[in-house]
Amino acid sequence: MQFEGSSSYIVTRDLTLAVNAAATLERPLLVKGEPGTGKTLLAEEVAAAFGMPLFQWHIKSTTKAQQGLYEYDAVSRLRDSQLGEAKVADISNYIVKGVLWQAFESEKPAVVLIDEIDKADIEFPNDLLRELDRMEFYVYETRQTIRARHRPLFFITSNNEKELPDAFLRRCFFHYIRFPDRETMTQIVAAHLPGLKRELLREALEVFFQIRDLPGLKKKPSTSELLDWLKLLLAEDIPPEALRAKDQKTAIPPLHGALLKNEQDVHLFERLVFMARQGR
Amino acid sequence: MLIDFFLHLKRRRLPVSTKEFLLLLKALQAGVVRYSLDDFYFLARSVLVKDESLFDRYDRAFGEYFHGIMAASGGEWAIPEDWLQHAMQRYFSPEEKARIEKLGWDRLMEELVKRLEEQKERHAGGSKWIGTGGTSPFGHSGYHPEGIRIGGPPAGNRTAVKVWEKREFRNLDDNILLGTRNIQVALRRLRHFARTGAAEELDLDGTIAGTAKNAGWLDLKMRPERHNAIKVLLFLDVGGSMDDHVELCETLFSACRSEFKHLEYFYFHNCVYESVWQDNHRRFQERIPTSELLHKYGSDYKLIFVGDASMSPYEIALPGGSIEHMNEEPGAVWIERLTAAWPRAVWLNPEDEHYWPYRPSNAMIRQLLGERMFPLTLDGLERAMSSLQTR
Repeated sequence: MQFEGSSSYIVTRDLTLAVNAAATLERPLLVKGEPGTGKTLLAEEVAAAFGMPLFQWHIKSTTKAQQGLYEYDAVSRLRDSQLGEAKVADISNYIVKGVLWQAFESEKPAVVLIDEIDKADIEFPNDLLRELDRMEFYVYETRQTIRARHRPLFFITSNNEKELPDAFLRRCFFHYIRFPDRETMTQIVAAHLPGLKRELLREALEVFFQIRDLPGLKKKPSTSELLDWLKLLLAEDIPPEALRAKDQKTAIPPLHGALLKNEQDVHLFERLVFMARQGR
Repeated sequence: MLIDFFLHLKRRRLPVSTKEFLLLLKALQAGVVRYSLDDFYFLARSVLVKDESLFDRYDRAFGEYFHGIMAASGGEWAIPEDWLQHAMQRYFSPEEKARIEKLGWDRLMEELVKRLEEQKERHAGGSKWIGTGGTSPFGHSGYHPEGIRIGGPPAGNRTAVKVWEKREFRNLDDNILLGTRNIQVALRRLRHFARTGAAEELDLDGTIAGTAKNAGWLDLKMRPERHNAIKVLLFLDVGGSMDDHVELCETLFSACRSEFKHLEYFYFHNCVYESVWQDNHRRFQERIPTSELLHKYGSDYKLIFVGDASMSPYEIALPGGSIEHMNEEPGAVWIERLTAAWPRAVWLNPEDEHYWPYRPSNAMIRQLLGERMFPLTLDGLERAMSSLQTR
């Protein structure tokens, strides 16, 4: 089993290694990186490449670790008991399986994505230590232990909003997706927009990296924004020459709203362009 | 195998554990990488280093090790040549082996000789010396956050070796002092739970009472979940003497940000005057009038100053005393205004408590705040938080 990326998902050598190491040793892979570098997509791509089913668990600030295992729906059992339903006698009718339980039960080895783990409470990762280590948990209500048939391959993404506990980190492999350099970016764009003219791409990347290098931007444009922008440029049929005007600092690149999502950033950018024009 | 590599990383203050090291060996055994130093580099990084801010340190440590420079301490860690050689034979391609042998051993010997000489000059009589980074880690270890983290070196003696030696036996309990997590746990003391927002949680007591009233028919009651409703204003001193404490303050800041939902932060230099700022890059362009803040935030906010309170007393007491600009009113007036607007206030001081009596400005600030100044250690933080909670 070797993961080599796919036609639409370009991976660097270090990411390939991290994924393959995690898959071989059956350890969770913790993925960090700037927004828009494809952290969440990675799990989907790996699942597709290995032909494994994918279970996704998106974390919110209110998510509890228990919800990933199972939930006991006491309220509906109470209600049913008042209505005299027959299934009330069996407590297991009211156990709702969570994402991890479903993954543990899967016939084939599965990929599990725990997305944005840092959104949850600070103790959340600690509550999952045993489950990630032993791949089993105990259901108190029915007094049974659920064990994974196959150790699922875990992908965990984090945006660095909270620091994760050491005990948790020790159990993971770690990979930091760096922002792609120009070469990788060219590959990525080519994979997504195969028909793009080379000239337009070159000019567009020039503008893109220039904008990223602007000091003081609140939010730097990312890969997904570049792709959106290119699609827009294509749809509007804007010629490469229109972008080159930017090099002479005389014009704001067309449709820059796709790259800069923040009012202040747009202002800053316009001001800088204006100043450059004054300076001429 | 590769134990030296592991120990070397440890010595370079990378937080690696035995468990992770065993995992790395397992990965090598499973053949995840074969005969490529680059691949080994990536693999080891992904297994051992769990924080991208440590990547640089790892890079340097990796470079040092694989160029044959080894750390030594005392005589005990003389380089086990055969270990190294053995490790190389197992994990490197012949070309790489040749390269390392040629380049590495020579430099290794050179480096060792240099270190030993340096050692004699610098710490004559010292029984221990640490690390090959030599000059750099030694030079600023005294000022390094690591040193401060263990509670500061003893008064009057700020040499690197002392700090280091101290670390060895305080390792067990004090080593983890003041990481973001610990600070967060300490900050948890400052909580004021409130139930606002959407009703998402089952109110069991309410349901039982309601059901009883309802003659046994179920009457479900829901209520919003509890969460921390504390509001905090953070005033941070930057620049000048605070440069020593940057890392500690950053840690505190990031812990505050994730712990408190209602957090507003502002920067000042040495003492608070008529304006503060929020963005250090644009501090001269975008300043916020302090009086605006006084009107904007209600008295239910808690006020936390972070600063070393070491400045010229004139900066507090006199108009025009600021070292940066012409202030019309003295700093003391502004501090009084702030503490009057937000009576629950503390001052956190990253400097060691030992130094406080030697700074006149410190005494003045303490007086202004009614002795509510606390050192920026776990213990001090806890005292500060309970002071904020009770008063």
